[in-house]
Amino acid sequence: MSISAEVAGNLTSAGVNGRQAPVTETVLRPAVDIFEDAEGVTLYADIPGVSKERLNVHVEGKTLLLEGTVQPAGGSQVESASTRYRRSFALSRELDPERIEAKVKDGVLTLRVPKRAENRPRKIEIQ
Amino acid sequence: MFGTLRGFEVSLFDEFRRLQRQVDDVFASDVHHSFARGVFPAVDVISNPQQVEVYLTAPGIDAKGLDISIQQNVLSVTGRREAQVQNKGSVHRQERFSGEFRRVITLPEDVDPSRVSASYVDGVVRISVQRREAAKPRQIEIH
Repeated sequence: MSISAEVAGNLTSAGVNGRQAPVTETVLRPAVDIFEDAEGVTLYADIPGVSKERLNVHVEGKTLLLEGTVQPAGGSQVESASTRYRRSFALSRELDPERIEAKVKDGVLTLRVPKRAENRPRKIEIQ
Repeated sequence: MFGTLRGFEVSLFDEFRRLQRQVDDVFASDVHHSFARGVFPAVDVISNPQQVEVYLTAPGIDAKGLDISIQQNVLSVTGRREAQVQNKGSVHRQERFSGEFRRVITLPEDVDPSRVSASYVDGVVRISVQRREAAKPRQIEIH
């Protein structure tokens, strides 16, 4: 298969000092749907509260890392707790990490990871 | 029901929430979380003397199709999230919620059901309900 899930720590409690820094941080693992077709893999991840600016999609070697920080809602009252989404996936060799397309809409990240050309089925036209 | 690891995660999570609640108490804010896994959408309620704000984390829904109603101090939100349709190929993971949902949230009794506003940003529904004047703490000046 192509994308397999692996997850680092589900929770961290960061004791960050400083007035602006959050006192605690919750790291959540976003729910995902992963579909594969002949041309590649599509991944949908629920990351409510994460805007495009606060989202990071990162490929390092064979690892695809999704990370996003939730925009603190409601002002000062929730600054004591901040939420982050993080999940990583192992990419198989048949996928082409150079050509990943990502978009985010209404708190859902859509990632399209195409297969390398040599791993895609080729239709041969009959002349 | 759950695997061992999952069970461990859940209990760790509960423990963390409990700690967080204590932290919230210490900082005198009034934040309530309802973050159980498998409940869609998760609900946070934040209240202050002026208003009560309800956050529903409902990514990928059609906000126009949401039915938000309030009767006295009971807020109910009904909607649906469509499943991603995959006609060809195979499904490797399907963890995301799909289907109809309904959440009913009891708000403090002093909310004013005629002053409600709602928005949908980045997959989060925010509903603010104003509280009645009488409920706000009043500063009494000494002359």
